[in-house]
Amino acid sequence: MEVPILKQGEVLIATFQAALSDADLESLRRGLLQQVVRFRSRGVIVDVTAMDVMDSFASRTLREIAHMIRLRGAETVIVGIQPEVAFAMVQLGMTLEGVATALDLEEGLAYLMEKFKNID
Amino acid sequence: MAKREVTTKGSGTRDNQASELVLSEAPSELLRELVAHLRQNRTQLREEWVGRISEARLLTAMTKEEIFAEATSVYDSYVEALETETYEDLQNYARNLSERIIPRGVETHEVVGIVLLLRDVLARSLFAKYQTDFKKLNRILDAYEPAANRIANTVAVGFVQERERVIRQQQEAIRELSTPVLQVRERLLILPIIGVIDPQRARQLTEQLLRGIRTNRAKVVVIDITGVAAMDVTVANHLVQTVEASRLLGATVIVTGLSPEIAQTLVTIGVDLGKMNTVGDLQGGIEQAERLLGYKVMAVAEPR
Repeated sequence: MEVPILKQGEVLIATFQAALSDADLESLRRGLLQQVVRFRSRGVIVDVTAMDVMDSFASRTLREIAHMIRLRGAETVIVGIQPEVAFAMVQLGMTLEGVATALDLEEGLAYLMEKFKNID
Repeated sequence: MAKREVTTKGSGTRDNQASELVLSEAPSELLRELVAHLRQNRTQLREEWVGRISEARLLTAMTKEEIFAEATSVYDSYVEALETETYEDLQNYARNLSERIIPRGVETHEVVGIVLLLRDVLARSLFAKYQTDFKKLNRILDAYEPAANRIANTVAVGFVQERERVIRQQQEAIRELSTPVLQVRERLLILPIIGVIDPQRARQLTEQLLRGIRTNRAKVVVIDITGVAAMDVTVANHLVQTVEASRLLGATVIVTGLSPEIAQTLVTIGVDLGKMNTVGDLQGGIEQAERLLGYKVMAVAEPR
Protein backbone atom coordinates (compact mmCIF):
# COMPACT_ATOMS: atom_id res chain seq x y z
CA MET A 1 0.00 0.00 0.00
CA GLU A 2 1.35 3.36 -0.98
CA VAL A 3 1.93 5.96 1.65
CA PRO A 4 0.77 9.32 0.29
CA ILE A 5 3.45 12.00 0.48
CA LEU A 6 2.31 15.59 0.19
CA LYS A 7 4.46 18.64 -0.24
CA GLN A 8 3.76 21.75 1.79
CA GLY A 9 6.39 24.34 0.97
CA GLU A 10 9.68 23.14 2.31
CA VAL A 11 8.02 20.34 4.24
CA LEU A 12 6.99 16.86 3.13
CA ILE A 13 4.10 15.20 4.89
CA ALA A 14 3.80 11.41 4.81
CA THR A 15 0.57 10.02 6.24
CA PHE A 16 0.53 6.42 7.40
CA GLN A 17 -2.64 4.44 6.83
CA ALA A 18 -3.68 1.91 9.43
CA ALA A 19 -1.75 -1.27 8.73
CA LEU A 20 1.62 -1.07 7.03
CA SER A 21 3.48 -4.18 6.04
CA ASP A 22 7.24 -4.43 6.34
CA ALA A 23 7.50 -4.07 2.56
CA ASP A 24 5.46 -0.84 2.70
CA LEU A 25 7.80 0.55 5.33
CA GLU A 26 10.81 -0.37 3.21
CA SER A 27 9.42 1.34 0.11
CA LEU A 28 8.46 4.37 2.18
CA ARG A 29 12.01 4.67 3.43
CA ARG A 30 13.34 4.74 -0.10
CA GLY A 31 10.56 6.92 -1.47
CA LEU A 32 10.77 9.55 1.26
CA LEU A 33 14.50 10.02 0.88
CA GLN A 34 14.13 10.37 -2.88
CA GLN A 35 11.50 13.08 -2.43
CA VAL A 36 13.61 14.97 0.10
CA VAL A 37 16.44 15.06 -2.42
CA ARG A 38 14.16 15.96 -5.33
CA PHE A 39 12.43 18.85 -3.59
CA ARG A 40 15.29 19.89 -1.36
CA SER A 41 12.91 19.71 1.59
CA ARG A 42 14.04 21.04 4.93
CA GLY A 43 11.57 19.05 7.00
CA VAL A 44 9.52 15.87 6.97
CA ILE A 45 6.44 15.10 8.99
CA VAL A 46 5.41 11.46 9.38
CA ASP A 47 1.82 11.31 10.57
CA VAL A 48 1.03 8.05 12.35
CA THR A 49 -2.36 9.07 13.75
CA ALA A 50 -4.03 6.15 12.00
CA MET A 51 -1.67 3.57 13.45
CA ASP A 52 -3.19 1.72 16.35
CA VAL A 53 -0.19 -0.47 16.93
CA MET A 54 3.54 0.05 16.48
CA ASP A 55 5.88 -2.90 16.33
CA SER A 56 9.63 -2.88 16.70
CA PHE A 57 10.27 -3.03 12.97
CA ALA A 58 8.15 0.05 12.34
CA SER A 59 9.79 1.83 15.25
CA ARG A 60 13.28 1.02 14.00
CA THR A 61 12.39 2.03 10.45
CA LEU A 62 11.09 5.39 11.62
CA ARG A 63 14.32 6.02 13.49
CA GLU A 64 16.36 5.08 10.46
CA ILE A 65 14.27 7.32 8.20
CA ALA A 66 14.84 10.24 10.57
CA HIS A 67 18.59 9.64 10.68
CA MET A 68 18.90 9.33 6.89
CA ILE A 69 16.89 12.49 6.37
CA ARG A 70 19.04 14.34 8.86
CA LEU A 71 22.08 13.37 6.80
CA ARG A 72 20.44 15.36 4.01
CA GLY A 73 20.20 18.34 6.34
CA ALA A 74 16.47 17.99 6.96
CA GLU A 75 14.54 17.45 10.19
CA THR A 76 11.94 14.71 10.77
CA VAL A 77 9.02 14.94 13.18
CA ILE A 78 6.78 12.01 14.04
CA VAL A 79 3.28 13.17 14.91
CA GLY A 80 -0.01 11.64 16.01
CA ILE A 81 1.17 8.78 18.20
CA GLN A 82 -1.94 7.68 20.10
CA PRO A 83 -1.81 7.48 23.93
CA GLU A 84 -2.37 3.71 23.96
CA VAL A 85 0.32 3.19 21.33
CA ALA A 86 2.76 5.45 23.21
CA PHE A 87 2.15 3.51 26.40
CA ALA A 88 2.71 0.16 24.70
CA MET A 89 5.83 1.42 22.98
CA VAL A 90 7.59 2.62 26.12
CA GLN A 91 6.73 -0.60 27.91
CA LEU A 92 8.57 -2.47 25.19
CA GLY A 93 11.46 -0.06 25.29
CA MET A 94 10.75 1.54 21.92
CA THR A 95 11.29 5.19 22.70
CA LEU A 96 12.15 6.58 19.27
CA GLU A 97 15.25 8.05 20.80
CA GLY A 98 16.77 10.95 18.94
CA VAL A 99 13.67 11.54 16.83
CA ALA A 100 11.53 14.63 17.32
CA THR A 101 7.88 14.06 18.12
CA ALA A 102 4.83 16.27 18.30
CA LEU A 103 1.18 15.89 19.18
CA ASP A 104 -0.30 16.36 15.72
CA LEU A 105 0.22 17.86 12.29
CA GLU A 106 -0.33 21.41 13.49
CA GLU A 107 2.20 21.04 16.29
CA GLY A 108 4.62 19.30 13.97
CA LEU A 109 4.52 22.16 11.48
CA ALA A 110 4.89 24.73 14.26
CA TYR A 111 7.94 22.84 15.54
CA LEU A 112 9.56 22.80 12.11
CA MET A 113 8.85 26.48 11.47
CA GLU A 114 10.49 27.32 14.77
CA LYS A 115 13.47 25.17 13.87
CA PHE A 116 13.84 26.78 10.46
CA LYS A 117 13.72 30.25 12.03
CA ASN A 118 16.54 29.38 14.40
CA ILE A 119 18.66 27.97 11.65
CA ASP A 120 18.29 30.97 9.33
CA MET B 1 -30.76 -50.06 72.61
CA ALA B 2 -34.37 -50.94 72.12
CA LYS B 3 -35.76 -49.98 68.82
CA ARG B 4 -38.82 -48.52 70.20
CA GLU B 5 -39.17 -46.15 73.00
CA VAL B 6 -42.31 -45.68 74.93
CA THR B 7 -43.25 -42.27 75.99
CA THR B 8 -46.13 -40.76 77.80
CA LYS B 9 -45.34 -37.19 76.85
CA GLY B 10 -48.00 -35.54 74.77
CA SER B 11 -45.79 -34.16 72.10
CA GLY B 12 -44.25 -37.51 71.44
CA THR B 13 -47.29 -39.44 70.27
CA ARG B 14 -46.94 -39.00 66.57
CA ASP B 15 -43.21 -39.40 66.76
CA ASN B 16 -43.62 -42.64 68.64
CA GLN B 17 -45.74 -44.19 65.95
CA ALA B 18 -43.40 -42.92 63.31
CA SER B 19 -40.35 -44.45 64.93
CA GLU B 20 -42.15 -47.73 65.22
CA LEU B 21 -42.86 -47.89 61.55
CA VAL B 22 -39.57 -47.13 59.97
CA LEU B 23 -36.11 -46.28 61.18
CA SER B 24 -35.50 -43.48 58.81
CA GLU B 25 -38.02 -41.22 57.19
CA ALA B 26 -37.01 -39.38 54.11
CA PRO B 27 -34.86 -36.41 55.05
CA SER B 28 -37.26 -34.04 53.37
CA GLU B 29 -40.02 -35.38 55.53
CA LEU B 30 -37.95 -34.65 58.59
CA LEU B 31 -37.13 -31.24 57.30
CA ARG B 32 -40.79 -30.48 56.82
CA GLU B 33 -41.52 -31.52 60.34
CA LEU B 34 -38.66 -29.42 61.58
CA VAL B 35 -39.78 -26.38 59.61
CA ALA B 36 -43.32 -26.75 60.90
CA HIS B 37 -41.99 -26.77 64.44
CA LEU B 38 -39.92 -23.68 63.81
CA ARG B 39 -42.86 -21.87 62.32
CA GLN B 40 -45.19 -22.83 65.12
CA ASN B 41 -42.82 -21.56 67.76
CA ARG B 42 -41.69 -18.57 65.82
CA THR B 43 -42.58 -15.86 68.31
CA GLN B 44 -41.05 -17.59 71.27
CA LEU B 45 -37.87 -18.71 69.52
CA ARG B 46 -37.33 -15.32 67.97
CA GLU B 47 -37.66 -13.64 71.35
CA GLU B 48 -35.21 -16.07 72.86
CA TRP B 49 -32.79 -15.32 70.06
CA VAL B 50 -33.05 -11.56 70.45
CA GLY B 51 -32.41 -12.05 74.15
CA ARG B 52 -29.26 -14.05 73.44
CA ILE B 53 -28.12 -11.36 71.01
CA SER B 54 -28.26 -8.62 73.58
CA GLU B 55 -26.74 -10.93 76.21
CA ALA B 56 -23.79 -11.45 73.92
CA ARG B 57 -23.64 -7.69 73.35
CA LEU B 58 -23.92 -7.97 69.60
CA LEU B 59 -25.37 -5.41 67.20
CA THR B 60 -24.81 -2.64 69.70
CA ALA B 61 -24.81 -0.19 66.80
CA MET B 62 -28.50 -0.87 66.22
CA THR B 63 -31.60 0.07 68.21
CA LYS B 64 -33.88 -2.50 69.84
CA GLU B 65 -36.56 -1.93 67.22
CA GLU B 66 -34.10 -2.36 64.37
CA ILE B 67 -32.73 -5.55 65.87
CA PHE B 68 -36.24 -6.90 66.26
CA ALA B 69 -37.14 -6.05 62.69
CA GLU B 70 -34.00 -7.61 61.26
CA ALA B 71 -34.33 -10.60 63.55
CA THR B 72 -37.79 -11.25 62.18
CA SER B 73 -36.53 -11.07 58.59
CA VAL B 74 -33.54 -13.24 59.30
CA TYR B 75 -35.62 -15.82 61.16
CA ASP B 76 -38.12 -16.09 58.34
CA SER B 77 -35.42 -16.27 55.69
CA TYR B 78 -33.63 -18.91 57.76
CA VAL B 79 -36.68 -21.09 58.04
CA GLU B 80 -37.50 -20.61 54.39
CA ALA B 81 -34.00 -21.64 53.38
CA LEU B 82 -34.38 -24.75 55.50
CA GLU B 83 -37.68 -25.49 53.86
CA THR B 84 -36.83 -24.88 50.23
CA GLU B 85 -33.20 -26.00 50.52
CA THR B 86 -32.30 -23.16 48.20
CA TYR B 87 -29.96 -20.53 49.43
CA GLU B 88 -30.03 -17.91 46.70
CA ASP B 89 -32.72 -15.82 48.35
CA LEU B 90 -30.86 -16.04 51.60
CA GLN B 91 -27.63 -14.93 49.94
CA ASN B 92 -29.38 -11.97 48.36
CA TYR B 93 -30.93 -11.11 51.67
CA ALA B 94 -27.53 -11.34 53.37
CA ARG B 95 -25.99 -9.01 50.80
CA ASN B 96 -28.89 -6.64 51.12
CA LEU B 97 -28.65 -6.69 54.89
CA SER B 98 -24.91 -6.02 54.68
CA GLU B 99 -25.46 -3.06 52.43
CA ARG B 100 -27.69 -1.58 55.09
CA ILE B 101 -25.74 -2.34 58.21
CA ILE B 102 -22.10 -2.05 57.12
CA PRO B 103 -22.31 1.77 57.03
CA ARG B 104 -23.64 1.53 60.60
CA GLY B 105 -20.40 -0.05 61.68
CA VAL B 106 -21.62 -3.61 62.18
CA GLU B 107 -18.71 -6.04 62.07
CA THR B 108 -18.40 -9.44 60.45
CA HIS B 109 -18.09 -11.24 63.77
CA GLU B 110 -21.41 -9.77 64.87
CA VAL B 111 -23.25 -10.98 61.81
CA VAL B 112 -21.74 -14.44 61.96
CA GLY B 113 -22.32 -14.38 65.71
CA ILE B 114 -26.04 -13.79 65.52
CA VAL B 115 -26.54 -16.43 62.86
CA LEU B 116 -24.73 -18.96 65.00
CA LEU B 117 -26.81 -17.91 68.00
CA LEU B 118 -29.96 -18.54 66.01
CA ARG B 119 -28.60 -21.91 65.04
CA ASP B 120 -28.04 -22.68 68.72
CA VAL B 121 -31.47 -21.46 69.80
CA LEU B 122 -33.19 -23.56 67.16
CA ALA B 123 -31.05 -26.60 67.91
CA ARG B 124 -31.84 -26.35 71.60
CA SER B 125 -35.52 -26.22 70.87
CA LEU B 126 -35.12 -29.40 68.83
CA PHE B 127 -33.32 -31.05 71.70
CA ALA B 128 -36.19 -30.07 73.94
CA LYS B 129 -38.83 -31.33 71.55
CA TYR B 130 -37.28 -34.70 70.76
CA GLN B 131 -35.60 -35.36 74.08
CA THR B 132 -37.58 -38.51 74.59
CA ASP B 133 -36.75 -39.99 71.23
CA PHE B 134 -33.01 -39.94 70.93
CA LYS B 135 -32.90 -41.74 67.62
CA LYS B 136 -35.39 -39.39 66.09
CA LEU B 137 -33.50 -36.45 67.47
CA ASN B 138 -30.42 -37.75 65.71
CA ARG B 139 -32.23 -38.05 62.45
CA ILE B 140 -33.71 -34.60 62.80
CA LEU B 141 -30.27 -33.23 63.53
CA ASP B 142 -28.91 -35.11 60.51
CA ALA B 143 -31.33 -33.12 58.43
CA TYR B 144 -30.95 -29.88 60.34
CA GLU B 145 -27.21 -29.56 60.76
CA PRO B 146 -26.00 -29.53 57.15
CA ALA B 147 -28.73 -27.06 56.27
CA ALA B 148 -27.97 -24.85 59.27
CA ASN B 149 -24.25 -24.91 58.48
CA ARG B 150 -24.93 -24.02 54.90
CA ILE B 151 -27.05 -21.11 56.07
CA ALA B 152 -24.37 -19.77 58.41
CA ASN B 153 -21.88 -20.08 55.60
CA THR B 154 -24.11 -18.34 53.09
CA VAL B 155 -24.80 -15.41 55.36
CA ALA B 156 -21.14 -14.98 56.30
CA VAL B 157 -19.98 -15.20 52.70
CA GLY B 158 -22.69 -12.80 51.55
CA PHE B 159 -21.65 -10.33 54.20
CA VAL B 160 -17.97 -10.56 53.40
CA GLN B 161 -18.60 -10.26 49.67
CA GLU B 162 -20.51 -7.07 50.27
CA ARG B 163 -17.71 -5.65 52.38
CA GLU B 164 -15.19 -6.52 49.69
CA ARG B 165 -17.34 -4.83 47.11
CA VAL B 166 -17.47 -1.67 49.22
CA ILE B 167 -13.73 -1.76 49.74
CA ARG B 168 -13.08 -2.12 46.02
CA GLN B 169 -15.42 0.75 45.31
CA GLN B 170 -13.66 2.94 47.84
CA GLN B 171 -10.26 2.04 46.51
CA GLU B 172 -11.39 3.01 43.04
CA ALA B 173 -12.76 6.30 44.35
CA ILE B 174 -9.53 7.05 46.16
CA ARG B 175 -7.55 6.33 43.04
CA GLU B 176 -9.68 8.65 40.96
CA LEU B 177 -9.51 11.35 43.59
CA SER B 178 -5.80 11.25 43.90
CA THR B 179 -4.69 11.70 40.35
CA PRO B 180 -6.20 14.83 38.90
CA VAL B 181 -4.56 16.24 35.82
CA LEU B 182 -4.79 20.00 36.09
CA GLN B 183 -4.35 22.59 33.41
CA VAL B 184 -2.79 25.71 34.88
CA ARG B 185 -1.83 27.55 31.71
CA GLU B 186 -2.38 27.10 28.06
CA ARG B 187 -0.39 24.01 27.08
CA LEU B 188 0.78 23.43 30.69
CA LEU B 189 -0.47 20.55 32.82
CA ILE B 190 0.28 19.75 36.42
CA LEU B 191 -0.05 16.27 37.87
CA PRO B 192 0.31 16.40 41.66
CA ILE B 193 0.73 12.91 43.06
CA ILE B 194 -0.02 12.25 46.68
CA GLY B 195 0.25 9.09 48.71
CA VAL B 196 1.15 5.58 47.83
CA ILE B 197 1.69 4.58 44.26
CA ASP B 198 1.31 0.95 43.47
CA PRO B 199 1.86 -0.39 39.95
CA GLN B 200 -1.85 -0.27 39.23
CA ARG B 201 -2.17 3.34 40.23
CA ALA B 202 0.99 4.21 38.33
CA ARG B 203 -0.50 2.72 35.21
CA GLN B 204 -3.76 4.57 35.68
CA LEU B 205 -1.81 7.78 36.22
CA THR B 206 0.05 7.34 32.96
CA GLU B 207 -3.08 6.65 30.97
CA GLN B 208 -4.83 9.64 32.49
CA LEU B 209 -1.86 11.89 31.80
CA LEU B 210 -1.49 10.82 28.17
CA ARG B 211 -5.17 11.39 27.55
CA GLY B 212 -4.86 14.77 29.25
CA ILE B 213 -1.91 15.74 27.07
CA ARG B 214 -3.89 14.97 23.99
CA THR B 215 -7.08 16.69 25.15
CA ASN B 216 -5.36 19.82 26.41
CA ARG B 217 -2.69 19.84 23.71
CA ALA B 218 -0.15 20.22 26.44
CA LYS B 219 3.44 20.91 25.58
CA VAL B 220 4.78 20.80 29.12
CA VAL B 221 3.76 18.63 32.06
CA VAL B 222 4.95 19.12 35.62
CA ILE B 223 4.68 15.93 37.65
CA ASP B 224 5.02 16.77 41.32
CA ILE B 225 5.87 13.92 43.66
CA THR B 226 6.40 15.91 46.85
CA GLY B 227 3.54 13.96 48.39
CA VAL B 228 4.99 10.58 47.57
CA ALA B 229 6.95 9.13 50.45
CA ALA B 230 8.56 6.17 48.80
CA MET B 231 8.84 4.58 45.44
CA ASP B 232 10.03 1.12 44.66
CA VAL B 233 11.98 0.22 41.56
CA THR B 234 8.89 -0.93 39.66
CA VAL B 235 7.12 2.35 40.19
CA ALA B 236 10.24 4.38 39.44
CA ASN B 237 10.38 2.58 36.10
CA HIS B 238 6.75 3.47 35.52
CA LEU B 239 7.63 7.10 36.12
CA VAL B 240 10.41 6.93 33.56
CA GLN B 241 8.04 5.30 31.09
CA THR B 242 5.49 8.02 31.71
CA VAL B 243 8.09 10.63 30.86
CA GLU B 244 9.05 8.78 27.69
CA ALA B 245 5.47 8.18 26.59
CA SER B 246 4.65 11.85 27.14
CA ARG B 247 7.54 12.80 24.91
CA LEU B 248 6.10 10.61 22.15
CA LEU B 249 3.04 12.83 22.33
CA GLY B 250 5.20 15.89 21.95
CA ALA B 251 5.16 16.98 25.60
CA THR B 252 8.13 17.73 27.84
CA VAL B 253 7.91 16.44 31.38
CA ILE B 254 9.42 18.16 34.40
CA VAL B 255 9.49 16.10 37.60
CA THR B 256 9.51 18.04 40.82
CA GLY B 257 9.61 17.31 44.52
CA LEU B 258 11.86 14.28 44.58
CA SER B 259 12.66 13.31 48.13
CA PRO B 260 16.22 12.19 48.94
CA GLU B 261 15.00 8.58 49.17
CA ILE B 262 13.41 8.66 45.77
CA ALA B 263 16.42 10.40 44.26
CA GLN B 264 18.48 7.54 45.68
CA THR B 265 16.14 4.96 44.12
CA LEU B 266 16.36 6.60 40.72
CA VAL B 267 20.14 6.69 40.83
CA THR B 268 20.27 3.09 42.02
CA ILE B 269 18.17 1.76 39.18
CA GLY B 270 20.34 3.62 36.77
CA VAL B 271 17.81 5.99 35.36
CA ASP B 272 19.41 8.09 32.69
CA LEU B 273 18.87 11.41 34.42
CA GLY B 274 19.76 13.17 31.23
CA LYS B 275 16.43 11.91 29.97
CA MET B 276 14.53 13.17 32.95
CA ASN B 277 14.07 16.82 33.57
CA THR B 278 13.93 17.42 37.31
CA VAL B 279 13.59 20.51 39.42
CA GLY B 280 13.63 20.78 43.21
CA ASP B 281 10.16 21.96 44.00
CA LEU B 282 6.83 22.62 42.34
CA GLN B 283 7.36 26.37 42.23
CA GLY B 284 10.64 25.94 40.42
CA GLY B 285 9.06 23.43 38.11
CA ILE B 286 6.25 25.76 37.11
CA GLU B 287 8.69 28.60 36.58
CA GLN B 288 10.79 26.48 34.27
CA ALA B 289 7.70 25.27 32.45
CA GLU B 290 6.63 28.84 31.86
CA ARG B 291 10.03 29.68 30.48
CA LEU B 292 9.83 26.70 28.13
CA LEU B 293 6.47 27.89 26.92
CA GLY B 294 7.68 31.42 26.40
CA TYR B 295 5.92 33.00 29.34
CA LYS B 296 7.49 35.68 31.41
CA VAL B 297 5.93 36.42 34.79
CA MET B 298 6.32 39.95 36.13
CA ALA B 299 4.84 41.70 39.08
CA VAL B 300 2.69 44.53 37.75
CA ALA B 301 1.55 45.97 41.05
CA GLU B 302 2.14 45.52 44.73
CA PRO B 303 0.15 42.72 46.32
CA ARG B 304 -2.91 44.14 48.06
